[in-house]
Amino acid sequence: MSEPILSLRGLHTDIAQYHILQGVDLEVPRGQVTMLLGRNGVGKTTTLKSIMGQWSAKSGQILYDGQDITRLPVSARARAGIGFVPEDMGIFRDLTVEENMVLGCTTGPLDPARKDWLLSAFPALGTFWHSEAGNLSGGQKQMLSIARAMVEERKLYLIDEPTKGLAPAIVSTMAQALRELKAQGASILLVEQNFSVARALGDSAAVMDDGRVIWTGEMAELAANKDLQERLMGLSMETH
Amino acid sequence: MTLAPDHKPTFANLSLTDRLGKAMPVILVPILIVLGFVAIGAPSSWLTLTVSGLAMGMMIFIMASGLTLVFGLMDVINFGHGAFISVGAFVGVSVLIALGDWTGAASLLLNMAAILLAVVAAMAVTGALGWGFERVIVKPVYGAHLKQILVTVGGLIVIEQLIYVIWGPDEIFINRPEMLKGAVTFAGAAMEKYRLLAVGIGLVLFIAMRMVLRRTKIGLIVRAGVENGPMVEALGYRLRIVFVGVFIAGSALAGLGGVMWGLYQEVIAAGMGEEMMVLVFIVAIIGGLGSVEGAFIGALLVGLLQNYVAFLEPKLALVSNIALMTTILMWRPQGMLPVVKAK
Repeated sequence: MSEPILSLRGLHTDIAQYHILQGVDLEVPRGQVTMLLGRNGVGKTTTLKSIMGQWSAKSGQILYDGQDITRLPVSARARAGIGFVPEDMGIFRDLTVEENMVLGCTTGPLDPARKDWLLSAFPALGTFWHSEAGNLSGGQKQMLSIARAMVEERKLYLIDEPTKGLAPAIVSTMAQALRELKAQGASILLVEQNFSVARALGDSAAVMDDGRVIWTGEMAELAANKDLQERLMGLSMETH
Repeated sequence: MTLAPDHKPTFANLSLTDRLGKAMPVILVPILIVLGFVAIGAPSSWLTLTVSGLAMGMMIFIMASGLTLVFGLMDVINFGHGAFISVGAFVGVSVLIALGDWTGAASLLLNMAAILLAVVAAMAVTGALGWGFERVIVKPVYGAHLKQILVTVGGLIVIEQLIYVIWGPDEIFINRPEMLKGAVTFAGAAMEKYRLLAVGIGLVLFIAMRMVLRRTKIGLIVRAGVENGPMVEALGYRLRIVFVGVFIAGSALAGLGGVMWGLYQEVIAAGMGEEMMVLVFIVAIIGGLGSVEGAFIGALLVGLLQNYVAFLEPKLALVSNIALMTTILMWRPQGMLPVVKAK
């Protein structure tokens, strides 16, 4: 088996006086979608932000593509090939959709073929191409946030709850786009509360509780074991 | 790939009131000019005062543009900005005095060359000073507003004292270059040549700044950074370097403003920058912190109002700008064109 694209070893992160991550160990295999699951407030978002460098890890190690990035600045991690879609989407409201997309291109101009592909996935972005992003609906903003992360090829994508609050039709569009991204060989670490999406997309899964990863394994195994789901997350996937 | 749902969006037909609401800050300037005309009555006086107000506004804008971007980009309150205005004025005026033959010659070319050299020297020195100021004084206090106020005020005092050490304690009087003395007459109104030049320079700078911010990648990064710096970094851009660049450019622009203000007043003093900071802050606040367009409109309003009121009711001139700021903040507490910060 090839070396994982990302390994977290004993990661601890504090936010103000709170000790949020309490020794996270996690591996994200190459070319797979790894679901990061768990109840609210267990440290999933903090894990993604720690990997991205937006929260500094107090101790532990983050190995990405064979390199220790634990102390690298945020921008260097992005330039190393990590794409990030935060929970709040992080779109620039005063900039147009086009300008948001152009900002996602850090190595050169916007590739026309890549643009066409993204606009075929998210046609609403084409309709509002020259409009300010602040005027988009919630679903369109989420599409823009994901499309911006995908506008250049990245090795690893960290995506935080992309389907939160979206209509089912848009959720299925998102899921299809992520499937295509995976088909291109990208690795994805996905925080997702929508279990049907998690089941459909995930190859592997990691469940967090109290700032630690308490279970890792195949997504299919977790999806098939109701007792395991209830033990790990306090509820069954079938209830979602 | 499955297509996203076909939204078939329609674009709203905004009512006149809605459209005016959005464009209101932009049309405030012509409204003020028309009100000035009605209040003053005499067209020639009105034209003279309008040109004077626009010239003053342009110079304040040049000084304020850097400050507003620095605040917007890194949330830094820099009270030391006034020091760059003073240093710029002293360096520029020193160059002009040294080029006395050029400024005294009845040649527009030589006069403009002297001003250009003075401006280049002032901007180079204040840009370099800004770089040092950011490294030594501002960098250690990121994220701490109270400390920023204290140390930047301290930096301002130190630089002012250094001006006394280098140039002495006295005010320096300066004559404008020969060809920029006097006024041109149009429709019975006398308009000082230098003020017309100041309006031209301010306008060109505003257009250039807008082009850079709207049409270039670096401008895009600055605008995005003002709104949501952490996300810009997460996309792979080193915002710290961009910020240092903006700080240097803002300091250099303050230096340019200092030279222009010195030539406008025909006298410079170490405390001139500190005095100007009141107007500079008013402009940055009513424009909306972080907004270059807002600062431009704010500066023109301040310049025009001060000139009109000084003509109509001189005793009220001192409070007119504070009244303007109060009124605008009651109407739009975040300023006229606020930058929506990411939460």
